[in-house]
Amino acid sequence: MAPALQTQGLVKQFGGIIATNDVTLTVEKGARHALIGPNGAGKTTVINLLTGVLRPTAGRIVLEGRDITDLEAYKRVGLGLARTFQINQLFADLTPLETIGLAVSERMQLGRQWWRLPGSKPVVIEESVDILNRFGLTDAMNERTATLPYGKQRLLEIALAIACRPNVLLLDEPAAGVPEAERHGILDAVAALPSDVTVLLIEHDMDIVFSFADRISVLVNGELFVEGTPEEVAQDPRVKAVYLGEEAHDA
Amino acid sequence: MSALASLPPKPLVATAAASLASRARWKPAEIAFWLATVASIFLLPSKHLILTEIAILGLFALSLDLILGYAGIVSLGHAAFFGFGAYAAGILAKYGIIKEPVLALLASGVLAAALGFVTSFLVLRGSDLTRLMVTLGVALVLREIANQLDITGGADGLQGVVMEPILGHFPFDMFGRTAYIYSLVTLFVLFLIARRIVNSPFGLSLRSIKGNPLRAAAIGIHVNGRLVTIYTIAAAYAGIAGALLTQSTQFASLSVLDFERSADVMLIVIIGGTGYLYGGLIGAVLFKLVQDYLANVNPQYWQFWLGLILVMMIMFGRVYGAIMAALIFAICTWTRLPFMQSIVFTLVVLAVLGIARPQILAVTSRITERAAAIQTRLRARLARKPAER
Ligand SMILES: Nc1ncnc2c1ncn2[C@@H]1O[C@H](COP(=O)(O)OP(=O)(O)OP(=O)(O)O)[C@@H](O)[C@H]1O
Ligand SMILES: [Mg+2]
Repeated sequence: MAPALQTQGLVKQFGGIIATNDVTLTVEKGARHALIGPNGAGKTTVINLLTGVLRPTAGRIVLEGRDITDLEAYKRVGLGLARTFQINQLFADLTPLETIGLAVSERMQLGRQWWRLPGSKPVVIEESVDILNRFGLTDAMNERTATLPYGKQRLLEIALAIACRPNVLLLDEPAAGVPEAERHGILDAVAALPSDVTVLLIEHDMDIVFSFADRISVLVNGELFVEGTPEEVAQDPRVKAVYLGEEAHDA
Repeated sequence: MSALASLPPKPLVATAAASLASRARWKPAEIAFWLATVASIFLLPSKHLILTEIAILGLFALSLDLILGYAGIVSLGHAAFFGFGAYAAGILAKYGIIKEPVLALLASGVLAAALGFVTSFLVLRGSDLTRLMVTLGVALVLREIANQLDITGGADGLQGVVMEPILGHFPFDMFGRTAYIYSLVTLFVLFLIARRIVNSPFGLSLRSIKGNPLRAAAIGIHVNGRLVTIYTIAAAYAGIAGALLTQSTQFASLSVLDFERSADVMLIVIIGGTGYLYGGLIGAVLFKLVQDYLANVNPQYWQFWLGLILVMMIMFGRVYGAIMAALIFAICTWTRLPFMQSIVFTLVVLAVLGIARPQILAVTSRITERAAAIQTRLRARLARKPAER
């Protein structure tokens, strides 16, 4: 069985900066895989390459056995690859209901229909409300997204990716910027993701990473540094050095 | 996450369906608007010429709103499609290619759509500035082509266009009554279609692209495909507007491709507001009325006052800006200030207003808040009344 997602020798150069350096990564089907690393290590760049927001300077990307390196971003979504963003990328003027309804109807190939009114397809509504319900967003479903509290926007960010019904889901720091009191809502949502969905999670909070992941890759300066089970990574002296070094640096 | 396994409650689904549908429901103000246009046919028979112009301009602005208000595509060359449709209708009629006006109108729309489709690929990428330049360039090129060709009549314009009766039954009359009704019906039909489009899932996807193209692509939307589609549709609308102008005036000149026409329609949509379809229509009415009024009282300098209105609207918002511009104009007119002094006076006032802009904006936003509060209180009281009785 082909792995869910694979990269071979992925390189991304921005002018002189090498943001991604020869990354060969395998994410197994159904895995809970975490991608960690210090700030500026190139984690988001990897996600952008995987999803087609950026084109790699070199290397290949394979999704469930199919080479998607040259595929446009929107087509990858159709093949079951969805993501969330580190910084919210929502539709400020739409309501959560419209937002999720849009994603659901696009997935059902109804998005080009120009003669039908939204809300006239019961399957779309039912599924949209179901997703909003799962993320505790039904109370706010008719508010403008821009007016929602940040924690709710963060939930919508994940719900929107789920509405694409992905086989492989890439989460870029889902809890970033969420105050401590609202964090558990996000963590519950991540923990409750369907088990048949393969998840690649980027996260700085080590408690979240170690409670979630069954496999961890460490990225430093754009390069894959260490990869293994949480135990192996936790005990790796090089990883400790990087993180201790960072903490010392931050302090 | 305890509700994970359970299905959403039925009433919630019904509420959701209702709230999605509510956006597309006809509001009383809309119905009133269209009844007023029908009434204008009978109540303002002497104004049919200018009303026809307004209807055509409104359709043209509606076209721009489709790309600007719903897809976020700015254009300074929208007259390209208007002019293309105008010449197409003229040539079709003059050379007897399609004699029946409605068919010719549709054909002109299709031709303009083809031009829109081809040029849409130029506006897909790039910032607002590149889009402004590209659209401007396309219109300039087209104007020069029309200037050089024989079939368009060059600088003399397309003369000798004679229109057959509409559908073979309704001849164009010299008072412009047929032309006005014909323009209104066309506007209304195209408005209905546009209304359907913007309220559809396709329209929703356009709004999402306008809001955040990155995320739209990340949920599987073919952003470029949608932009090409709406640009093509908008081009057809503009082409039909242009064709209406030719058919109702039986003449087409280079002015249909003028930069000024592109700039005016942009102005109209900004005055009326984007993204709710009526902006272009209301903007067209206001623009023509103000233009007409100013050109009457101040024939040489009316553009100065139009410019002032625009500046004020951008600086202080649509309503307050218009009021302030009207006040300045009123002061200059009542005191019979000569034009040069008016300019000096206006510039001084503008400078003062510009410096005091933050303070003025604070005041106006407080007024708006107060007004909104009063409105909700009134509405609540009105809603309570019947129960108390
Ligand atoms: N579009 C871009 N153009 C130029 N440089 C970029 C671009 N995107 C990222 N970079 C650079 O690439 C490097 C990696 O950035 P990236 O955002 O991938 O890091 P990250 O691991 O996600 O960091 P963080 O934990 O802070 O989110 C950084 O040096 C960044 O400045
Ligand atoms: Mg990042």
